[in-house]
Amino acid sequence: MTPVLPDGPQLDEAAGRLVRPYTVSDGRTRATSHFTLVTTVRATGAQTQGVFGLEHAQVLALCEQPVSVAEVAARMQVPAAVVKVLLSDLAEGGAVVAGDTRPASTGHSAQPDRDLLEAIRDGLLKRL
Amino acid sequence: MASSNDCDPLPADVLPVGVKVLVAGGFGVGKTTFVNALSEIEPLSTEEMLTAVSAATDRLDGVENKATTTVALDFGRITLSPSHVLYLFGTPGQERFWFMWDELSEGALGAVVLADTRRLEHSFAAVDFFERRGIPFVVAVNEFDGAHRYRGEEVRTALDLRQEVPVVLCDARVQKSGTRVLLDLVQHLITTRSSHGSDTDQPTVRA
Repeated sequence: MTPVLPDGPQLDEAAGRLVRPYTVSDGRTRATSHFTLVTTVRATGAQTQGVFGLEHAQVLALCEQPVSVAEVAARMQVPAAVVKVLLSDLAEGGAVVAGDTRPASTGHSAQPDRDLLEAIRDGLLKRL
Repeated sequence: MASSNDCDPLPADVLPVGVKVLVAGGFGVGKTTFVNALSEIEPLSTEEMLTAVSAATDRLDGVENKATTTVALDFGRITLSPSHVLYLFGTPGQERFWFMWDELSEGALGAVVLADTRRLEHSFAAVDFFERRGIPFVVAVNEFDGAHRYRGEEVRTALDLRQEVPVVLCDARVQKSGTRVLLDLVQHLITTRSSHGSDTDQPTVRA
């Protein structure tokens, strides 16, 4: 008797993920929208357009409340690059909105605006 | 399933802005402790694909010398207000991961370089990296139990830091201490910004 492998499940509680991460995103590694690790995303609750799979549903479930891309990736245990692709699909379909993605950076180019820095300073001061 | 017209998606601008601060320093200098003490969530780890430029000696003929590699990043979260969330990302400490700091630092507000006075040389690489890239940073001396207490100025000299780089003492295990380090970094950013006259309405006055 040869055991028959089930068609369906892609996740196994003991073994973990049974498909390679990039199978999830059809081998795509470039996100079509610009998401960074610290971009905040949230499910809109809107009816989605487009065909989404199990992994898209997992992303949606994780961003019912505003959450960062990094946190979604960490909780799904897939690389952030994969989550960015899934989020791009969802954003295009109107199922997810993303927060401000303008770089807050001093790293490399533009300096962050003073209002942002002061807001961060005030937030930190409250924690002392 | 009912969908009503009055539950239109909220505008994206109500979502908080996430800012990134890097926590760097040598292996075993207290980066994880620092992030753990400050984070409001149990620190998480995510895998990010980063570009690795392999050394010429690693390269086979005809093979692209740029490749992507996956690295685990530990991070923590501090919600500062309904509109601002700060994320602390620990940089990989091992030398072989330095090449990927470029991508990690993209979009970062600045960095905290942790230093252990017993092994200051472990923080040289981080200091060097941020200096070369012009990324603002503070050096936070993690005061390990049993380590000789040095003054900030001694550490500045030993690390050959420019005068404007703040050197602060901290205890990486203590939340308030870590918060003060972040405050020093943000204050440094504000000061640097003002002195560089980067505001368009504030032209640099220089002869």
